[in-house]
Amino acid sequence: MRKIWDIHGGIHPTENKKQSLSEPILQAAIPPYLYVPLSQHIGAAAKPIVQVGDKVLKGQAIASASAAVSVPVHAPSSGTVFAIENKTVPHPSGIDDLCIVIETDGLDQWRERKARQDFNFFADDELLSIIRNAGIAGMGGAGFPAAIKLKSNDSKPIDTLIMNGTECEPYITADHSLMLEKANDIATGLAILAKIIKPKTILFGIEDNKLDVVNGIETALNRIDFSTQSGCTTDVRVVTFPTKYPSGGEKQLIEILTGKQVPSRGLPADIGIVCHNIGTAVAIKDAVCLDQPLISRITTVTGEAVNRPRNYHVLIGTPVSFLLEQSQYQADKNNRLIMGGPMMGFALADISAPIIKTSNCILAPTEAELPTPPPAQACIRCGMCAEACPASLLPQQLYWFSQGKELEKLEQHNIADCIECGACSYVCPSNIPLVQYYRASKTDIKQREIDHHNAELAKRRFDTRQDRLIRLEQEKIAAKQARQAARKKTNPPNDKPPTANTSAANADTTATTDNAEREATVKAAIERATIKKATLSTTTDDPVARAQAKREAQLAQDQADPEAKLKRAVESAQQRLEKLQIKLAAAKESDDPNVNILEAGLEKAQSKLISSQQALDDYKKASHSED
Amino acid sequence: MIEFISLNPLLSALIALAALGLSFGAILGFGAVKFAVEGDPIVEQINAILPQTQCGQCGYPGCKPYAEAIAEGDAINKCPPGGEAGINELANLLDREPLALDDDHGQEDIKKVAFIREEECIGCTKCIQACPIDAILGAAKVMHTVISSECTGCDLCVEPCPVDCIDMLPVSVGTQAWKWQIPERNPFYNANIIASDQRSVDTPKAKH
Repeated sequence: MRKIWDIHGGIHPTENKKQSLSEPILQAAIPPYLYVPLSQHIGAAAKPIVQVGDKVLKGQAIASASAAVSVPVHAPSSGTVFAIENKTVPHPSGIDDLCIVIETDGLDQWRERKARQDFNFFADDELLSIIRNAGIAGMGGAGFPAAIKLKSNDSKPIDTLIMNGTECEPYITADHSLMLEKANDIATGLAILAKIIKPKTILFGIEDNKLDVVNGIETALNRIDFSTQSGCTTDVRVVTFPTKYPSGGEKQLIEILTGKQVPSRGLPADIGIVCHNIGTAVAIKDAVCLDQPLISRITTVTGEAVNRPRNYHVLIGTPVSFLLEQSQYQADKNNRLIMGGPMMGFALADISAPIIKTSNCILAPTEAELPTPPPAQACIRCGMCAEACPASLLPQQLYWFSQGKELEKLEQHNIADCIECGACSYVCPSNIPLVQYYRASKTDIKQREIDHHNAELAKRRFDTRQDRLIRLEQEKIAAKQARQAARKKTNPPNDKPPTANTSAANADTTATTDNAEREATVKAAIERATIKKATLSTTTDDPVARAQAKREAQLAQDQADPEAKLKRAVESAQQRLEKLQIKLAAAKESDDPNVNILEAGLEKAQSKLISSQQALDDYKKASHSED
Repeated sequence: MIEFISLNPLLSALIALAALGLSFGAILGFGAVKFAVEGDPIVEQINAILPQTQCGQCGYPGCKPYAEAIAEGDAINKCPPGGEAGINELANLLDREPLALDDDHGQEDIKKVAFIREEECIGCTKCIQACPIDAILGAAKVMHTVISSECTGCDLCVEPCPVDCIDMLPVSVGTQAWKWQIPERNPFYNANIIASDQRSVDTPKAKH
């Protein structure tokens, strides 16, 4: 019997796990539409590589990884890409996000697969790329891309691999049923992990409320020789330990099994440990041995508002409402729908949100089962939260600092180590939603970091711009000075001391004549300018005023000589007519669709010409008769 | 020596003290020259807290001048883009009382970025000249555009635009940028005061 350690704090909420374990895992039906979000976990969203209307086969990649921390997305079933648009996604905000909507054809037709039962065929880096390309993200909760966790880092050698079969949160039995029914798949997945990581110790952690799976897991593990896989003597142990929430947290499980603590703000790899969920192991086995990417998962549907609580093997992208129907969901009994468990889950704003890679449970409780939390009351400084905190933090202090938005103090009190397990809120006699305060403050801290980073960038850009402006100004001044200096050289100043007395007189006279000439030209230019100004009676730099002046001048001229105006009208009408005729001819030749418009224009121009001609004739007649 | 000290205890003590004073003074003087800090480090620290929008809402031509003014004793509540969080940080740094934002200099607003309606842009380059951080791209008589990832939302480009084609649009919040909010306080009773606190809050009222 291996020694186990205890963690600080923790709680013992009612488990409520029996309900969903009464029946075996059921393959859920294929819904008519699958909504596959492009961002299902930590890291950058995937980029769609299909178009609306494309036919896709089951398992075909439909979106590719867009960054280092990102995984591709695959079609969960065969069908047609119906849309790529913003749809409701399972997220506490209720904000829509980009999804690929697939209209399924019901055939569930796989793309070509290369099944290979013997994974020893692959080299380690090939296995890694298979895992990455299969879109495997941690199936436990946070959904960290599995391939990144597996990548070896020479500075941080891993000696212990931990399989997390804890599933400490109430109601959820997805991992439990997986261990009951697919022990062999878990063992094979673990063997692949051992081949990549090459650990000296493999610890399989199971809480003692799941003792019924231990035998099956041990038999499955005994069938595999882990020492050959890892290339060194590997000790494999199934370790059971007392049930307590939240012993399934990565850092908590490591402490329970090894007695080591992951350093604050560090990773398990810092102390030579890596931790994977059993769901991830099964997904890796499917990807490597069956060439099946991660397109489905086990999800628990439970709560008193469903008549048939059970576990489903469900396609990613299946709407929650569709899944609930299969469990005979009674919407009127349900007070709020929760994705995840009662401790760490979040209320779903929309029942049509899809199942994603990290959705381990859909909880539909009645009001009596999981009452709406009563209004928060004052903190009475009882200190129960500090006793319950599994990370040994001071939740009460964090609460005050969160209220006061003292982000610096929060950081000093290690809010970053809070795993948001909800144990503090659970024990709080005043019903203060403590975790929500911490979540808000954590995002505020993150936002402040981003803001400071952006401010630093903006400052750099501002400084560069200032420097540039100063430099340009200096260059301008320098250029001006250079020009002046050059002018001085070519036109030596008049008061230059004469070289000889005789030439001095001559120079003087030429200078005076030069000056006189220049003065005359300048005077003439000024006169021209004033005349021009007078005629336009406005400043030259105002185009509107200039145009007005021109018009007025024209008007005055017209009044003086009305015949000229009429003549001009006739002339312009004639000109327009000619132009139009030419255009029309050209348009007719090239079958231009504007022919009709041009013809109408021509008619108008003709009538205008006639009327202006008429006006001119009338005027002439009138003036003649006057004569 | 010993004899001199025992004969003139007062004088020797004075001499010893003077010698000590001189030597330490020399060390300090040397240190002050050798390890002199150039510029005013507090200005840099204040400037690091300011949001660097360079918007001038504080009445100074940029964040650095305002940082200098704060170091000289100006109020810390003139920066709307920095908002309450910025004021709190400044108050912490300078050990001053955190004040409410001064309304004369504008309101705290959600983050916005400039957006040029490109079909209306006439290519006059006036906004480019106004942008304090070179976040607008374009050339004379061709369309301009804002690099939205660099824009600080200072809205200095809006006013010079002769055709009014620049909008300040709020930055859209996706699932990645969404933030949890601090829970709202219960409006029916003051949920943050317990009986022992209540007394201290009520004392000023209960004078009579």
